[in-house]
Amino acid sequence: MSAVRVENLWKRYGKVEAVKGISFEVREGEFTVLLGPSGCGKTTTLRCIAGLELPNEGKIYFDTEDVTPLSPSARNIAFVFQLYALYPHLSVYDNIAFPLRAEGLPREEVKRRVDEVVRLLQIQDLLQLKPRKLTSGQKQRVALGRAIVRRPRVFLLDEPLSNIDAKLREVTRGELKKLQKSIGATTIYVTHDQVEAMTMADKIVVMNFGDIQQIGSPHEVYHYPANLFVARFIGSPGMNFIPGTIHQREKLGILLDGDSFIPLENEQAKAVEKARTLSPQVVVGIRPENILVVPEQEALVKGEVYVFEPLGAQNVVTFRIGTHLAKALLPGDVSFTVGERVSLRFKEVRVFNAQDQKLIA
Amino acid sequence: MNEFQRRQAKNRIIVVVLVAMLCVYLFPIYWMFSTATKTKLDAFSLPPKWVWRPQAENFRNVFYVGGGGALGKVKGVEVKPKPSAFLRQLGNSIVVSFVSTILATFLGALSGYVFSRMRVRGKDDLLFVILSSRMLPPVVIAIPLVMMYRALGLFDTRFGLIIMYTVFNLAFAVWMMRSFVDDIPIEYEEAALVDGYSRFQAFFKFIFPEMRVGMVATAIFSLIMTWNEFTFSLLLTGEKARTAVPSIAHSLGTAGVNWGHIAAGSFLMVIPVVVFTFLLGGNLIRGFTFGAIKE
Ligand SMILES: Nc1ncnc2c1ncn2[C@@H]1O[C@H](COP(=O)(O)OP(=O)(O)OP(=O)(O)O)[C@@H](O)[C@H]1O
Ligand SMILES: [Mg+2]
Repeated sequence: MSAVRVENLWKRYGKVEAVKGISFEVREGEFTVLLGPSGCGKTTTLRCIAGLELPNEGKIYFDTEDVTPLSPSARNIAFVFQLYALYPHLSVYDNIAFPLRAEGLPREEVKRRVDEVVRLLQIQDLLQLKPRKLTSGQKQRVALGRAIVRRPRVFLLDEPLSNIDAKLREVTRGELKKLQKSIGATTIYVTHDQVEAMTMADKIVVMNFGDIQQIGSPHEVYHYPANLFVARFIGSPGMNFIPGTIHQREKLGILLDGDSFIPLENEQAKAVEKARTLSPQVVVGIRPENILVVPEQEALVKGEVYVFEPLGAQNVVTFRIGTHLAKALLPGDVSFTVGERVSLRFKEVRVFNAQDQKLIA
Repeated sequence: MNEFQRRQAKNRIIVVVLVAMLCVYLFPIYWMFSTATKTKLDAFSLPPKWVWRPQAENFRNVFYVGGGGALGKVKGVEVKPKPSAFLRQLGNSIVVSFVSTILATFLGALSGYVFSRMRVRGKDDLLFVILSSRMLPPVVIAIPLVMMYRALGLFDTRFGLIIMYTVFNLAFAVWMMRSFVDDIPIEYEEAALVDGYSRFQAFFKFIFPEMRVGMVATAIFSLIMTWNEFTFSLLLTGEKARTAVPSIAHSLGTAGVNWGHIAAGSFLMVIPVVVFTFLLGGNLIRGFTFGAIKE
């Protein structure tokens, strides 16, 4: 396994700038997810790393070796395609053995290596079948098998779970992560599903419009989104946003539209103080689980129940705060009636600059 | 009527319609066969005879000249049947159409792949030029062709006809194969590239077998087209290299219209194509539905 470094990668298709000079690093054995909405250049980036596309500018390193000029076959990588690309005229066994035969390994060695992978993925029963006969979950396993069998330097996976049903996807997420850790595979995984990214990644690279928005651990991108785009993209239900201005009362804080005032503490207050001189206009971001219903004397904000959606263990409650709506995740044992007036508090807020949309604190 | 009965009734209607269509399609073949095996008298009787004593004379006459009524002793002289040119012409047909079909299919497959997968400068224009070779009716280019063929010494040679038909079928083969390759997801090749194969290996190990279905379909069409081709064969050959189709038509002129003879010759002509198509027919149907095949 190798580490991967992408440096100032540009890829244009005619006038379309698919990837605009991005740089990031993947450490050896690390599970990195490229996350972003459709068309943001994830696949293009992955294909450049694989050597299937030639970048217009930039370099790609495996460890310290510059692989930019190398053909895909010389890079020793494994690529799992979105539709798996299993060879239809070959049996499952031959599909998995295919990359080994390219290396010209002797028969027994091929058999030994395939058997090992087959046991790992528990697909013994499928070996003689043709891909046509497989369910998409099975295809996905076989595609993984074909990827692992050759012990590549890097694993590249392009939305490998997008074609299997939700239940199986949940199971496979866990298994995939376990498998990745057990073989210590350097992995770059492309998805537009933030849940996949959050559950599996060691590191998430959030992309939009061909550019990197943020690089960080799942914890970082969730709790400290670098800008409003990341904040919006990650989390479900999504973060709530309420515009406001920086304001000084007994403490420094944010004055929301209307009259509510949210005081800030220590570090956050310091950062906001610094930003105040540039532009006092901000957007406050609140995660749904950070909205609490409190007794009236502790209230920071007044709200009114707008929509009530019980989900069992939890309830999603939409509050109207001033002229804005905010979704809250509340325990399932408390119920509300629409129109009820409630007192609210925010456990944790993020403050973004309203102009450049970047995180202040 | 419940759902099941309704479906059964529908199936029955479909079968009836199919049988009716089959009758229409097969009638000419029946007519050809019956004319070939009837005596001249029976063949022309009105209303047509549905029952007759089959006789093989017409078939023999296809292979021998001087047969017919004149066999045996005529005015004390033994008339020996002489082999006709038909066998040679049939041989020409077989050689010319199979060789040109194989060539056109193979070359078409290679160029279809390139047109589908690679960046070719002026791709669309090239494809149009290739197709345009099929836009003119043969007669229009006949005279320059005949002159060229004479000048090059290709006139009345099988080789000349093979070139002609290969070119003729290539346009079709290139277009057909290109669309077949278009339907093979590019991920397969990319997967092979990533798995450590060269582009060339990826083509021969993977894409080529996938293209087989398309190649068979192309080959069947090419073969039928070449086998039945009339104009070029008539124009570009004389005695030696002429194929069977124009030769049969030729026998129209010589001794009145001997329909029995023509029917027998035509019937023999149909057999090889039918056999070929039946042998590969399963592939042909898969070829038609190729776009529907997923990995
Ligand atoms: N071969 C190509 N030719 C022209 N434009 C392309 C090509 N491949 C990608 N693009 C464009 O580049 C941009 C990025 O595409 P890319 O496939 O990398 O997006 P993605 O993030 O993988 O999206 P998705 O989630 O839909 O797969 C898109 O605007 C796309 O239209
Ligand atoms: Mg993609």
